[in-house]
Amino acid sequence: MNPFVVLSFVAVAAVTIGGGLGVVLARTVFASGLFLILSFIGVAGIYVLLEAPFLAATQVLVYVGAVAVLILFAIMLTRRVMSGSTQDNRMNNQWIAAALVALLLFALLVGTTFQQWNLSQDSPPPDSVAQLGAAFLGPYILPFEIVSVLLLAALIGAIVIARE
Amino acid sequence: MPSIPLQWYLIVAAALFCIGLYGALVRRNAVAILMGVELMLNAVNINLVAFWRYITPTNMNGQVFAIFIIALAAAEAAVGLALFIAIYRTRDTVNVEEINLLKF
Amino acid sequence: MVDYFAQFMPGWAAALLWFVLYAVILLVFALVNMLFITWVERKVIGRMQDRIGANRAGPFGLFQPVADMVKILTKEDITPTAANRVIYNLGPLVVVPPAILVFAVLPFSASITGVDLNIGLLFIFAVAGTATLGILIAGWGSNNKYSLVGAMRAVAQMVSYEVPQLLSIVGVVMIAGTLSMQGIVAKQAQLGWFVLLQPIAFIVFLIAAMAEVNRTPFDLPEAESEIIAGHHTEYSGLKFGMFYLAEYMSVLFVSALAATVFLGGYQIPFVPVGNVINNFLGPFVLIGKTYLFIFLTIWLRGTLPRVRVDHLMAFAWKALVPICLMNIFLVALIAPFISVTAANSPALAAPVAIVSMLVANAIMFVIIYLVIQSIVRRDRARVAEGTVPAR
Repeated sequence: MNPFVVLSFVAVAAVTIGGGLGVVLARTVFASGLFLILSFIGVAGIYVLLEAPFLAATQVLVYVGAVAVLILFAIMLTRRVMSGSTQDNRMNNQWIAAALVALLLFALLVGTTFQQWNLSQDSPPPDSVAQLGAAFLGPYILPFEIVSVLLLAALIGAIVIARE
Repeated sequence: MPSIPLQWYLIVAAALFCIGLYGALVRRNAVAILMGVELMLNAVNINLVAFWRYITPTNMNGQVFAIFIIALAAAEAAVGLALFIAIYRTRDTVNVEEINLLKF
Repeated sequence: MVDYFAQFMPGWAAALLWFVLYAVILLVFALVNMLFITWVERKVIGRMQDRIGANRAGPFGLFQPVADMVKILTKEDITPTAANRVIYNLGPLVVVPPAILVFAVLPFSASITGVDLNIGLLFIFAVAGTATLGILIAGWGSNNKYSLVGAMRAVAQMVSYEVPQLLSIVGVVMIAGTLSMQGIVAKQAQLGWFVLLQPIAFIVFLIAAMAEVNRTPFDLPEAESEIIAGHHTEYSGLKFGMFYLAEYMSVLFVSALAATVFLGGYQIPFVPVGNVINNFLGPFVLIGKTYLFIFLTIWLRGTLPRVRVDHLMAFAWKALVPICLMNIFLVALIAPFISVTAANSPALAAPVAIVSMLVANAIMFVIIYLVIQSIVRRDRARVAEGTVPAR
C-alpha cells in the first residue's frame, strides 16, 4: 500500500467521523452545524480518494456551499432571541436506547463487510466527467428530468411554506 | 487497483451512518435532527461511490445515483428548513417534543 | 517544470517541490497584487472625486498600502467579552482560504497552471461558494446585531448572485464543451473570445461577480450608513486585515476569471497559443486584462450609489436569472451547429460562431429591451393612477 494514500485516507476519515461525532455531541446547535461542515468536507476528501473529482466538487458546492449555509441560516432564524444566545441542544431521555441501536447497527454493518467482494481490476475512464454527462442524458434521462422538476417543486414549496 | 481496501470505506460509511442515526434519534432540536439525516445520506453516498470505484468503475451508475441523492438531499433540506421556520413562527419553538398539536 | 526538477531528484520529490514553489509564488503574487489594488483604488477613486489620492508615502504614494498594513498589524486585537471566543476567531480563518485556493486552477500561460483540473470551473465555484460560511460564522460569533444583520444580508446576496454567476458561465461551458480552464482558453483561440460569442452573458457575469465579492453598487453587507461595517464590525487588527485581504483577493480573482473566460486569458490577439511570444508574455497579458476589470469595478464604485435590499434581490431573481436561462436556451440551439462546423471546416468555425452568436444575442437583447420597457410602462401607469407607491 502506498503510505501517502493510506495517510490521506486516515486523515479524511478522521475528519469525517470526527465531524460527525461533533455534530451529535456539541453543546450548541450552531457548533453542531460547524462540525457538520467539517464532516461534509471530509466526505468530499473521500470522493477525491475514490477518484470521483466531479462528485467531490459537487459535494463542496451543494453541501458546504448551500445546504450547510441554509442550516446555519435556519439556526439563526429559529433561535430564542430573548433567552440569550445558547440554544436548546439537549438530548431526549431515550439516548441509551438510541446509542444501543446505533452500536448494534454499526456491528451489523461492519459484520456484512467481511466477505469476498467481486472486485473489478479496471480503473475509471480518464474522461469520467464526460461519461457522467453522457449517462445523465442517455440511460438516466427520465430520472434526470424528474429530479429537475422535483427541485423546482422544492424551490416553490420552500418559498410558499416559509412565507408569512 | 487502488491501494486501500474497499472494506475501510465501508466501515467509515457505516460509522458515519450510525452517528447520524444516533443524532437523529436523540436530538430535540428539529434542525439538529435534520443534521443527523444529512449525515446518514452522506454515509450512503460514500458507499455508492466506493462500490462504483471498486466493482464497476467503467460504468457511471454509482456516481449517477450519488448525484441524484445529493439533489434530493438539497431539496429535502430546503423544504425541511422552511417547515421549521414556519413552525417557529407559529409555535415559537423548534423543539420536536413541544410540537405536539396533533397529539392528545 | 516538473521534468526539469526530475533530472536531479525522484519524481515525487520533483512534483512536491514544484507544487510548493508554485504555491509560494502564487501567494506572493496574490498578496502583492492585492496591496497594489488598494493603492490603485485610492488613486482612481481620488481622481474621480477630484482629489489627488494617496501621495505621502513614497513616490505617488506607492508605499501607502505598506503603511496601511503596518497600521493594521499593530492595532489592538480585541475579542468582545460577549462574543463566543472560538467561533469569533474562526471567522477570519474560514474567510481567507477560499480566496487563495481558487488561484490554483487559473492558467497564466499554456504551460503555467497550478493544476489543470478537468473540472476547473466547477472547482472555482465550489470553493468560492464556501466564502459565505466565513461571513456567516463571523456574523454569528461577534454576538452583535449589526454583525448578524450584515451576515444575513451577505449570505442572502451571495447565495442569490451565485445562481446568475453560474448560469452565465453555463453558456460558455456548452460552447467550449469542457470545464477545464486551459480547455476554455484553447477553445477561445479557435472560436474567438467568448466576449464576442456571449456578450449578454458577459455583462450578467460582471454584475453577478461584482455582487458576489460585495463591491460597491452591491456592498449592502457592509453598508456603513446602515449597519456600521456588517459582519466585520467587531473585528480589529489582524483579524480585520484578514477580511480585507479576502475581499481584495476575491476582487483580483474574479477579474482574472472574467479575463480568462471571456477575454481569452493569456492570449495575445492574432498570435497562436503555442507561440514562444505568447508563452513568455502570457502572464503579463493576463495581468493586464485583469487590471482592466479591476479598473472597471473601481469605476463603478466611483459612479453608482448603493442599491436597496429588495431591489438587489429582485434584480438577481427577476432579471438576471431569466436572462441567463434564455441565453442557455439559445446556446443549446446554436452550439451543436458550431461544433459541427468546427469539426468539418475548422477555418469557418470562428466566423460562423461569432456571427450566429451575435445574431442570437441581438435577438435576445431586443426581447429583453421590450420586456423591460413594457414593465416600466405598466409601473409608471400604476404609479400615475396612484394604485401603488413609487419604487
